[in-house]
Amino acid sequence: MTIEWKNYQAEKFYDELMIASNKARPCGKKLAKYLASLSNSDLETYRIATELSIKEIGVSFTVYNQEEGSIDRSWPLDIFPRIMTKTEWQKIEAGLKQRVQALNLFIADLYGEQRILKDGIVPKEVFKNSKNFREQCIGVKPPLGIWAHICGSDLVRDKDGVMYVLEDNLRVPSGVSYMLENRLVMKRVFPELFEDYSILPVDDYPSKLFDMLASISPRPADYPEVVVLTPGIYNSAYFEHAYLAQQMGCELVEGRDLVVHDDDCVYMRTMRGLKRVDVIYRRIDDLFLDPEVFNKESTLGVPGLMRAWRKNNVALANAPGAGVADDKVVYAFVPKIIQYYLGEEISLPNVKTYICMYEEDRKYVLANLDKLVVKPANESGGYGMLVGPSSTKKQQKQFAELIKSNPGNYIAQPTLSLSTVPTLVKNKVEPRHVDMRPFILSSDRVEVTTGGLTRVALVKNSLVVNSSQGGGSKDTWIVDEEA
Amino acid sequence: MLSRVVEMIYWTARYLERTENLARLINVNSNLLLDLPKSIAPGWEPLINITGTRESYLEQHDDFNERTVLAYLVNQNNSPSSLAKALSGARESARTIRDVIPRESWEQINALYLYAKDNSNKVFVKSQRFEYLNNIILRCQTLNGLFAGTMNQDEGYSFLLIGRNLERADMTTRIIDVRSADLLADENQSLQPFDLIQWMSVLKSLSAYQMYRRSMQVKINRSAVLKFLFQSEVFPRAPYHCIAKVEFSTMDLPNNEAPLRLIGRVKRDLIDTDVGNLEQEALHEYIDQLQLSFINIGDAFSEQYFLSGNMQHQQQADS
Repeated sequence: MTIEWKNYQAEKFYDELMIASNKARPCGKKLAKYLASLSNSDLETYRIATELSIKEIGVSFTVYNQEEGSIDRSWPLDIFPRIMTKTEWQKIEAGLKQRVQALNLFIADLYGEQRILKDGIVPKEVFKNSKNFREQCIGVKPPLGIWAHICGSDLVRDKDGVMYVLEDNLRVPSGVSYMLENRLVMKRVFPELFEDYSILPVDDYPSKLFDMLASISPRPADYPEVVVLTPGIYNSAYFEHAYLAQQMGCELVEGRDLVVHDDDCVYMRTMRGLKRVDVIYRRIDDLFLDPEVFNKESTLGVPGLMRAWRKNNVALANAPGAGVADDKVVYAFVPKIIQYYLGEEISLPNVKTYICMYEEDRKYVLANLDKLVVKPANESGGYGMLVGPSSTKKQQKQFAELIKSNPGNYIAQPTLSLSTVPTLVKNKVEPRHVDMRPFILSSDRVEVTTGGLTRVALVKNSLVVNSSQGGGSKDTWIVDEEA
Repeated sequence: MLSRVVEMIYWTARYLERTENLARLINVNSNLLLDLPKSIAPGWEPLINITGTRESYLEQHDDFNERTVLAYLVNQNNSPSSLAKALSGARESARTIRDVIPRESWEQINALYLYAKDNSNKVFVKSQRFEYLNNIILRCQTLNGLFAGTMNQDEGYSFLLIGRNLERADMTTRIIDVRSADLLADENQSLQPFDLIQWMSVLKSLSAYQMYRRSMQVKINRSAVLKFLFQSEVFPRAPYHCIAKVEFSTMDLPNNEAPLRLIGRVKRDLIDTDVGNLEQEALHEYIDQLQLSFINIGDAFSEQYFLSGNMQHQQQADS
């Protein structure tokens, strides 16, 4: 026996599987016992089988390198799953639905009457500098009033055991293919594990995604032509674009495959001639979508696409401009936004957030830079951040200046201690920090993936879960204890 | 099906076929050199001529010794037609259509690319060369089988066959061109005893030896070999057979009048030419013409069906 739970350090953080060194949470008892029954060579066999399986399936993210052209690297999957009860998950799911519903109403309002600004719930200044507010979208009414059709929200659990929403990704959230492939690999490699549990399936996502996309077609009577628009093979998420197109049975198109004609409709160039396109699941950022309107240099997009969209001749998911609501400053207002549009209390809490444009908050932030995480409003992927506890005096000073000169662009949050999950590290089990990204689909109804993608920081004590910086992933099990 | 997708399927097939033919060529040349006395052995120069890269080769090298030529043909990425170039072309094309082609075929192409790259040193070691090249040929054949067995036989598959057969027809004419030129250019009587071996090697570089025997039932001579290699209806690497396959695959495509007319002409020309009795000079000219007509067929497909042709049209209309 190689995994000895009595040596496992579970108490330092909230651990998803173990309450204490030798004591698993009720839903994880069978899992912990099974893992402990495996020998060293079993573990090694499973680990190798998992790696091989990933390589064969071709799960990869691309790192572009000039000398060698493009290189695929396998994305590491840790073989210990993350486990959560269905009861807990259902609460989270309800909270996510509430949140995304309110965010969609908010975006529609911003590009419409702007009632929430007029009523003074969210200050106008928030949008003065917003990088993701698109004037070109003002007055547009997309089908069903939905702007953010696909949302990926990042969840983290703090020491207190409470799940918080850390951020929402409303532009082109990625990662769902890894969630799907992880389950596939785990079922291939670890079938025995699945016998003890009733684990809710995840593989209905592509068909739900297709149904959602079909439901926003401007020509609902016909069988809609849905396509996935990719920037091409050098994009880091190309694998996912190809994977989703394949799973949905849609064409995977690049900008040059599409053309907007004088009738302001979008067509794809097929070997039989032009064919009308109804719905575009675009995986290209707003600013590259249409060189007529946005970045003139863009060769990834389609000239005239915005014209076609504004006339409702084609549906875009997500709608251009939806990113205005994943601004870090907007994030701070989400509880108020939910209250305003739905008349409800927020059910899945936000992380406590200090908004530097308010004097009182700013004072607190400036006095506590060594304890807080400071984030600029519009960056993603962890760029331009200050992580207080691990920062130098000099960096804190720099940020103090930045905040004072442009307070509206900064927020600050207490440093969270992310929860941990037992992870295989050189044939030993050690706690590693995780987050979780569920995906929420919105059209005439709102659907959430069962669980989501669990990302794990494979480096000891690291909180960085990004795939490009030593992160990996885990299969996420939502288990039905009654079944 | 998207124009870009059928174009990429076509190129994937062409690059894979090119890979296989390059591997065959090197293999057969190696064997031939073992059989011929040093004084009359053609060496490695003909391979550079076959691949049509003589000029660019001479810009970088001034001799044709084994190692230099092999390095150029196998892993030189700046050579316009090396194994490495053909395989990375196949891989890049296949990557852009991995949602369309069967999953296993993408994995195989990827594996073939990695195998050829990681083991390219083997080609310099005579004892490992055969194994290395044969592995590449076998993997190409596996891919052909995978496509046949697991891919929807729709328009995309038609373009796969078109690409493969056009490339094959082209490579066959190149091999014959260069090999036969060597053979007849030299009036030296001392070559005579080895004439047979060389014509056998022409057949073998196309895997045609056994099939020639089965089909022709005459002893090996120039005229019969040329007739078989150009005009056989049954041998899969004969240009006539290849072009007939291209024609067959084009039948089911929409708006196929222009390419079909061109293909029909080339096919008639292939069967009507008394190729066995062409003098060497005339044969060479004939092959030049044939290769041009293959290029024209390729262009006709591009113009009618491919994204690159499509975009060119639009640019012309815009300007």
